[in-house]
Amino acid sequence: MENFFDLVPLIILFPLVGMLINLFTGKRLGEQGVGIIAVGASGLAFLIAVLLWIAQVDTGFQAAVVNAPLLGSWIEIPSANINILWQFRVDTLSVTMMLVVTGVGTLIHIYAIGYMHGDERFPRFFVYLNLFLVFMLILVTGNSFLVLFVGWEGVGLCSFLLIGFWFDKPNGEGWKNSNAARKAFIANRVGDWGLLMGIFLVFWTFGSLTFYEKGEAPLVHHAEAAAGEEAVFEAEVPEETGEEVAPMGVFNRAEEWLAEGDHEVNFGVFSMSLEATITLITLFFLLGATGKSAQIPLFVWLPDAMAGPTPVSALIHAATMVTAGVYMMVRSNVFYHAAETTSFVVAIIGTATALVAGFIALGQWDIKKVLAYSTVSQLGFMVAAVGVGAYSAAMFHLVTHAFFKALLFLGSGSVIHGMEHGHHHLHEHGPGEHSHDEEPFDAQDMRNMGGLRHRMPVTFWSYVAATLAIAGIFPFAGFWSKDEILADALRLGTDEGRLDGYIAFAGLLIAAAFTAFYMWRQMRMVFFGKARHPAAEHAPESARTMIVPLAILGFFSTVIGLINVPANFPILSELFGEHQFTSWLEHAVTYAHAGNIVWLLAGLALLVAGGAIYLAQMIYNDRVLERIPPDPLESNRQTAPAFALANARLYWDEAYYKYIVFPFRSAAWWLAGTLDWSFWHDFVHEVLIYRSFQTATRVLSGPVDRGIVDRAFNSIGSGIQEAASRLRRIQTGYVRTYALSVLFGALLVIVIILFPVIRDLLGM
Amino acid sequence: MGAPDVSIELYVLLSAILFVMGAMGVLLRRNAILIFMSVELMLNAANLALAAFARQWGNGDGQLMVFFVMTVAAAEVAVGLALIVAIFKTKKSIDIDELHLFRD
Repeated sequence: MENFFDLVPLIILFPLVGMLINLFTGKRLGEQGVGIIAVGASGLAFLIAVLLWIAQVDTGFQAAVVNAPLLGSWIEIPSANINILWQFRVDTLSVTMMLVVTGVGTLIHIYAIGYMHGDERFPRFFVYLNLFLVFMLILVTGNSFLVLFVGWEGVGLCSFLLIGFWFDKPNGEGWKNSNAARKAFIANRVGDWGLLMGIFLVFWTFGSLTFYEKGEAPLVHHAEAAAGEEAVFEAEVPEETGEEVAPMGVFNRAEEWLAEGDHEVNFGVFSMSLEATITLITLFFLLGATGKSAQIPLFVWLPDAMAGPTPVSALIHAATMVTAGVYMMVRSNVFYHAAETTSFVVAIIGTATALVAGFIALGQWDIKKVLAYSTVSQLGFMVAAVGVGAYSAAMFHLVTHAFFKALLFLGSGSVIHGMEHGHHHLHEHGPGEHSHDEEPFDAQDMRNMGGLRHRMPVTFWSYVAATLAIAGIFPFAGFWSKDEILADALRLGTDEGRLDGYIAFAGLLIAAAFTAFYMWRQMRMVFFGKARHPAAEHAPESARTMIVPLAILGFFSTVIGLINVPANFPILSELFGEHQFTSWLEHAVTYAHAGNIVWLLAGLALLVAGGAIYLAQMIYNDRVLERIPPDPLESNRQTAPAFALANARLYWDEAYYKYIVFPFRSAAWWLAGTLDWSFWHDFVHEVLIYRSFQTATRVLSGPVDRGIVDRAFNSIGSGIQEAASRLRRIQTGYVRTYALSVLFGALLVIVIILFPVIRDLLGM
Repeated sequence: MGAPDVSIELYVLLSAILFVMGAMGVLLRRNAILIFMSVELMLNAANLALAAFARQWGNGDGQLMVFFVMTVAAAEVAVGLALIVAIFKTKKSIDIDELHLFRD
């Protein structure tokens, strides 16, 4: 079983090979071939993930570090003591991510075959999807921050490519798509700067980027093993211990130094305590996470990213890429645990994001925008969970969310597909075939939908499951994970008296109410009532490749929560085991801890969610839904301002435009016009450099070169010419004349040689 | 050696006389053949001086040099005579004062 661990490079290799095959032969393979290759690649990666899971269970959750073939020592600068290996880390945390990424990813691949059917760049789409998987898997399997960063940037690139996939759509749609892609890319760059700074700081502080060295385990479990409580982890002792200190990964090093206390980090001109440095590192990491995981203040890119094809929204912007920030923070739980200030900030940011995004989702018309803001909101839950120290709950919510949010997106894709087909159908068989002056039709606008539950039954029922799951209704998946976060937040408040615990609890409870409300509002608007647009009347159920993944995801959205039943839950905890997920995760996440259910709280949460659904059911009743405009919150005088605010997304983007983009652009114009053009170009280059050079060269070429240098050389030349014309007369051509001159010359030489002798002879 | 004891000065004097005669010949004669012969005379004057000095110092180097001079002189005569013959064939004269072609 242990050599299963060596299979881990394959999990990246398979999608990579799939990508390459489709890249070079995709055009010839045809849609079916491309689909089979891409799904096969993804499915094989899932198989590897499952094998790794089995190996994990089989070896007692022992973490393994596997060196990558070919890339063994990736970056090696011995003189600077830099040695970064490309290592894979197979532990419970990374295997969890692998299972989610490849599992959900494979279903989305299958779905995408149906969804992208007929697209002219079909092969390219699957190349991107597989490439995305490659990078996401690099991100989660790496054993060092640098490898993580490679994946991190790679998914950013793929996200850019996929969001802007339909960049050539007519009527300005293409522009919107490519702008959304750029927005995502730029917002992510800001976050990436944060992550990079954090990584640099980690390296400066610890001299390493490796999470855990080979044979090293999270320290807590060493302690546990020593105490004999539960020998869950037997660390391999490095073979060549000898006199040398065994190498240590950054996390255990941090723990060791924190335990020693009074550790200073020297920054050359000043030094900082280790605690302060870790706070700084975690704050930088948080900035990175706000970019990738779409938190305040960088969440604005995610809703726009819905411009990409729906499978992309599902895969990248719900199930995998956006969870990278949460994964990264959970991976760094040792740091976050040590940095109380940062934890406070993280909790506040997560809660605020959950609230703000949840509120905005209340007033959206676009079916995918609602889900996008919902994703932002749910990510806020996860981040807040990290903030309150509930790392296991954060990962648990990440897993459940991956299923139900992927399902929601795929369901919405199915609806959009149905609407588009309905619309086509209308125009093919409609009375007037005016293909040129089609009225603008938005297949994603919920105001055009209604009554789809009869036309798209599979989509409808799976959507119901996902909606109940995200709303947190017992026993669907979201109930378990959301409750665990809430319980952990409250416990932090009550047990440790921490303010952020109370804030997170209250905020997240309200956000949960928002969630249930906007989801049920969407449910009502899309599937109930009567069709409000002829297209909705003709919407067909989607193809089998699309609805099969929906059904599978629907099943998981219902039951996946049972992987972490709290210990004090009767019956179910006996059936499915207590805290399975947490105790699984504990082997990789030092500060993972199990949270028991708080009955009062669970009841309250259920009440809130149920109440919100009931409220939505009341407000968006059939009678209202048959009217156009169909939103009673908009027409009601009391709720209209709030609705308008939510509909306008709290003017968040506008505020960004006004306070950040516009000043930046003005500054850029000023810099370009005044500083760069007027000052640098016109004054410095044109006047100072160009003119003075011109003057200098003019002086050098005129008086100096022509007047002095040329004249000197010319006079040398004419002097030689003059001398030559005089000397020419000596050349007579008579041999005897020359012989005479030779004689005289010889005599002269003799005289010169003999001069001392002559002088002596003459007695001088 | 049973050779009469002649002092070195006499040899050098003879050599000098021969050399001057040769030099005069080169400067004064106009017949190319005679100039050639005068050159030979100068070379032989030098040879005489070399041989005399070699004997004086009991060192073979001078005599060795004589052989070199002879060899070079022989080669020179071969080339020079050929040239003179060639010139005579074209100019019908070997008066060197008429041979100032290089001047123009």
